[in-house]
Amino acid sequence: MVAKAHRVLPGFGLALGYTLVYLSLLILLPLGGMILKASELGFGQIIDIALGERSLAAFRVTFGASFVAATVNAFFGLIVAWILVRYTFPGKRFVDALVDLPFALPTAVAGITLATLYAGNGWLGQFIEPLGFKVAYTPVGIVVALTFITLPFVVRTLQPVIEDIETEVEEAAASLGASRWQTFVKVIFPAIFPALLTGFALAFARAVGEYGSVIFIAGNLPLISEITPLLIISKLEQYDVLGATALAVVMLALSFILLLAVNVLQWWTANRHKNSEPLEVAAAKASGGAA
Amino acid sequence: MNKISHSLSALLLSLVASAVLADVSLLNASYDVARDVYKDFNPLFQKHWKAKTGETLELKQSHGGSTKQVRAVADGLEADVVTMNQANDIEFLAEKGLVAKDWTRKFPNNASPYTSTMVFIVRKGNPKAIKDWNDIAAPGVQMIIPHPKNTGNGRNTYLSAWAWALKQPGGNDAKAQEFLGRLLKNAPLFAAGGRDATTTFMQRKMGDVLITFESEAEMIAKEFGKGEFEVVYPSLTMQTEFPVALVEKVVDKKGTRKQAQAYLEFLWSKEGQENAAQNYLRPRDAELLKKYAASFPPVKTFTVDEVFGGANKAFATHFKDGGSFDQIYQSK
Repeated sequence: MVAKAHRVLPGFGLALGYTLVYLSLLILLPLGGMILKASELGFGQIIDIALGERSLAAFRVTFGASFVAATVNAFFGLIVAWILVRYTFPGKRFVDALVDLPFALPTAVAGITLATLYAGNGWLGQFIEPLGFKVAYTPVGIVVALTFITLPFVVRTLQPVIEDIETEVEEAAASLGASRWQTFVKVIFPAIFPALLTGFALAFARAVGEYGSVIFIAGNLPLISEITPLLIISKLEQYDVLGATALAVVMLALSFILLLAVNVLQWWTANRHKNSEPLEVAAAKASGGAA
Repeated sequence: MNKISHSLSALLLSLVASAVLADVSLLNASYDVARDVYKDFNPLFQKHWKAKTGETLELKQSHGGSTKQVRAVADGLEADVVTMNQANDIEFLAEKGLVAKDWTRKFPNNASPYTSTMVFIVRKGNPKAIKDWNDIAAPGVQMIIPHPKNTGNGRNTYLSAWAWALKQPGGNDAKAQEFLGRLLKNAPLFAAGGRDATTTFMQRKMGDVLITFESEAEMIAKEFGKGEFEVVYPSLTMQTEFPVALVEKVVDKKGTRKQAQAYLEFLWSKEGQENAAQNYLRPRDAELLKKYAASFPPVKTFTVDEVFGGANKAFATHFKDGGSFDQIYQSK
């Protein structure tokens, strides 16, 4: 008989069962239903729908804008998270709360507000448009909306990780002779990179599915600024549920592949970091490089 | 805070009270901007029904995008009646067997108690001199409309322009499609819906012309002031219908056929017609149309049945995937 590993808290079986049921009901059941519905179409037909000119253009806009928005947030979100964790300044609590606002705001409200701001006569648009930049009703507008919606994902993922890096580590690196740049690149960044990837992936996934805010600022011109969720709505408007599910399944598959890739990358960097480079070693190495 | 809790409890009380007091309850599944019409119409009918039968009716409204609403009814939303703004949505319910196959003949006027029409809203003084459809297709003019493929409002505009082009000397389908291509080039964007188009035009000051329902023009006047814009009636435009139908399966199940039938019939009564007119919808009643002539100038209209052979056929030819709209947007 195999001895059971002793755990402080009992209830593993119950919790696992609960988890499985919960996830099945919440995620697998609707997804399964969707895939089952799509399977009424042949594989060839699904591919035909996905490869149509309008669908391809929409996929490009959706995934492209989501990628740009997630990248922008990975960069600026990192700065925001860093500032919020490492510094104290008046109104910090307020700024911290602001970050969550895109979570709470109904997305349609966000879209309408952004469209009003960036339109030719809006607060921001009136200064930007004379310079030749159009934001509202162009694909750039889609990126702006998606960047707004997905900001909290990066910041909230990074904050606890940055909190875990003690300032002593930076001091150690510095005292061992690492320059500021080396301290960041070789000590800090490797430690937060996995979390940054997670934040990026969450932001990206959220952006791909976003509908409510985007349609109010996108302009929705065929081949230029139509997003895939709009095409899905368009199919539903024709009572073409099958066509809509086909698009949804393809979108899901693409998202899954991309998220899987991000996860693999994250797992790889996390493992490399864990196995070979504890922070102290990294600090020493960084200083070694400087010496 | 206190105020909120007070009004909340008042609301709860009234809900409980109406549930207890009402003998029968009807649900009307309706399109989005019908809120105002039925908000005023329902109390009129309740009073009428109470006086006639002594029965207290509870009338509930469900509003949403027309197509969305119909899909909800098909999926089991127990609406006794549907009051929509597109015939093809009710057609869908007829195909599913929820509504009678000959629903358009169950009530007068193609089962549409009131109508509206598509008009142009232009800036004060009409600086671009927009009089008719071809003026909008001219270079340098910008037109704001909701998405023609995804919204009823946008589809009506598209079909109106198509019908106008057909009626021009030597007009045919090929020429109409070519005209629509030029017209749509002047759309810098497709708004998400009718109200979004209005906001884009009125508030964000985009475009030279907004094309929308005549009834919407009055809403704009209320919201933004009458002096801000002018209404232009083109030489030909669509008479838009607002069809209603009994959901046979639901009224049989709930035993509400009598009440639901009377509810819809009441839309054609003097009171019902006057309520429509007061909400800027053209009544079918000739006398009332005359009485409210100031709001409803004469205009040359066509119906979808006349020009396109029915709502379903129009939809299939123009707005289904691969239809004329998609053909216009295919890159060459």
